[in-house]
Amino acid sequence: MVATVLSVANATKRFGGLVAVNNLSFEVQQNEVMGIIGPNGSGKTTMMNLISGALRVSEGSIGLNGRFISTLTASQINQRGIARTFQLVRVLPGLGVVENCMAGMVFGHRRLWGDQARYEAGKLIERVGLSGKEAVPVGSLTYIDQKRLELARALASSPKLLLLDEWLAGLNPTELQEGIDLIRSLREEGITIILVEHVMDAIRSLCDRCIVMAAGSKIAEGSPGEVLADPEVVKVYIGEDV
Amino acid sequence: MSHENEIKSLVWGAVLLVLAACVPLVANGYWMSIALTIAMFTVLATSWSLFSGPTHYISLATAAFFGVGGYLVGTGMSDYNMDFWTMVAIAPVVGAVLAFLIGIATLRLSGVYFVIFTLGLAEMIRTLVSWIQNNFTGSRGLYVLTDLTEADIYIYLVILAAVVYLVGWWVNRSRLGFALRIIGNDETVARHVGINTATSKVILFTFSGFVAALVGALIAPRYTYIEPNGVFSPEISFIVVIMALLGGTGRLWGPIVGVIPFALLQEYINANYSNYSTLVMGIAFLVIVYFLPKGVVGRIEQLLASRGRSTW
Repeated sequence: MVATVLSVANATKRFGGLVAVNNLSFEVQQNEVMGIIGPNGSGKTTMMNLISGALRVSEGSIGLNGRFISTLTASQINQRGIARTFQLVRVLPGLGVVENCMAGMVFGHRRLWGDQARYEAGKLIERVGLSGKEAVPVGSLTYIDQKRLELARALASSPKLLLLDEWLAGLNPTELQEGIDLIRSLREEGITIILVEHVMDAIRSLCDRCIVMAAGSKIAEGSPGEVLADPEVVKVYIGEDV
Repeated sequence: MSHENEIKSLVWGAVLLVLAACVPLVANGYWMSIALTIAMFTVLATSWSLFSGPTHYISLATAAFFGVGGYLVGTGMSDYNMDFWTMVAIAPVVGAVLAFLIGIATLRLSGVYFVIFTLGLAEMIRTLVSWIQNNFTGSRGLYVLTDLTEADIYIYLVILAAVVYLVGWWVNRSRLGFALRIIGNDETVARHVGINTATSKVILFTFSGFVAALVGALIAPRYTYIEPNGVFSPEISFIVVIMALLGGTGRLWGPIVGVIPFALLQEYINANYSNYSTLVMGIAFLVIVYFLPKGVVGRIEQLLASRGRSTW
């Protein structure tokens, strides 16, 4: 039997009159990589923010491993085991590479400190491919390396569920391939992941399943091959025949 | 920092502390008075930067806590016949409670809104205390008469400074200190790595309120006569900020590097061109913002770092 890690039921988020997420329901199973795709402004990032606790749902519920989390704060949700990266990369410029990574494992789902935290951070830095860059000021890292660092910070809490918000966006073709390989290796380790992505190659090669959002609602769900062939999905992405 | 370095800096701190404690043995009345001012602002600026340094929340409420400390000693001794030391024990607790409440109330504010709120709040407390004193409490003048000399008060403040340095040293190596640095870098990230940002901020803000009120209480005998407009003067808050930023808030010992020259400069200006002290404060602020955004200590470290790079 597969265990349900995350269950979202009828989640709705309103900003004044705007309904950014409209009555959305889905589940994520253990060891599954689920994609959320959809055109710009369809509410994907808002959905991620609802899961991570950056925003609170207006209606509906979100549960993690069978426990209700949609009224918790972002820090409490992180402590329960959800870690994320941000659409616009957010590294901590005043801290070093190792400290940036450590930040993820001191207060959250895993609480290490001192030499052990430093040691684990070192391993993660190697894991994401930042070996040898420990002494580089964080602001001088390349874009992909900043993204790697942010990923290391999210992995540092040893999360039950990892949220990647357009982690592959803005990478050049070589970097993109490196990025996809890195996420695939996480997938092989059995980490449960939700990823919001525009890069269709990545969706096809990484996701077990995906949901498609348009104007806040779910319009399709299934394997990447199925949903990308769905005429409704093609219509929201490319438009209708005239 | 390695353990060896930590022990080295503790030893250095202890040596400097002993030297500071020896000042009353050599200083005459005039220099004792300046040393007392320096000790007072060292404690205020250092405890201020324990909170404001890592988080970058610029608080202008120092005068509120300092004033509460001084005023409580004044009113306790003049109006209620309390003992000086009893009031010294009560004042910091009141300061801490006040800081705690202000901390809770300002949690959602950041940047310039926090600055303005703390300034407005300090002014409000000053006006409120003046109003209460004028309308309800009988006496107009609050006298703090003790047999403490300036040298005695100075020694108390040096001891308090040592305690503040120890607390700061401990905080910097603790999870709490790490949390504050993350908050100062990016509060959104801080929340998403599991930090209870509210608790972390309130703990440090409460500590700085406790210390500022204690300083206000301890130094009250120096003024003999306590007047709300004096002890609650917003100038105290501004000077503390300027001194701490001038020295640099990146290091625990940064603020004192700003306190000593600025206190001496102010003394010189007040003695010779007393009308221009506000002007000097303004110019100092401009100099910091334009040339020393990370303070003297930050600038020196920057220079050392760039020299290190070029020689390697």
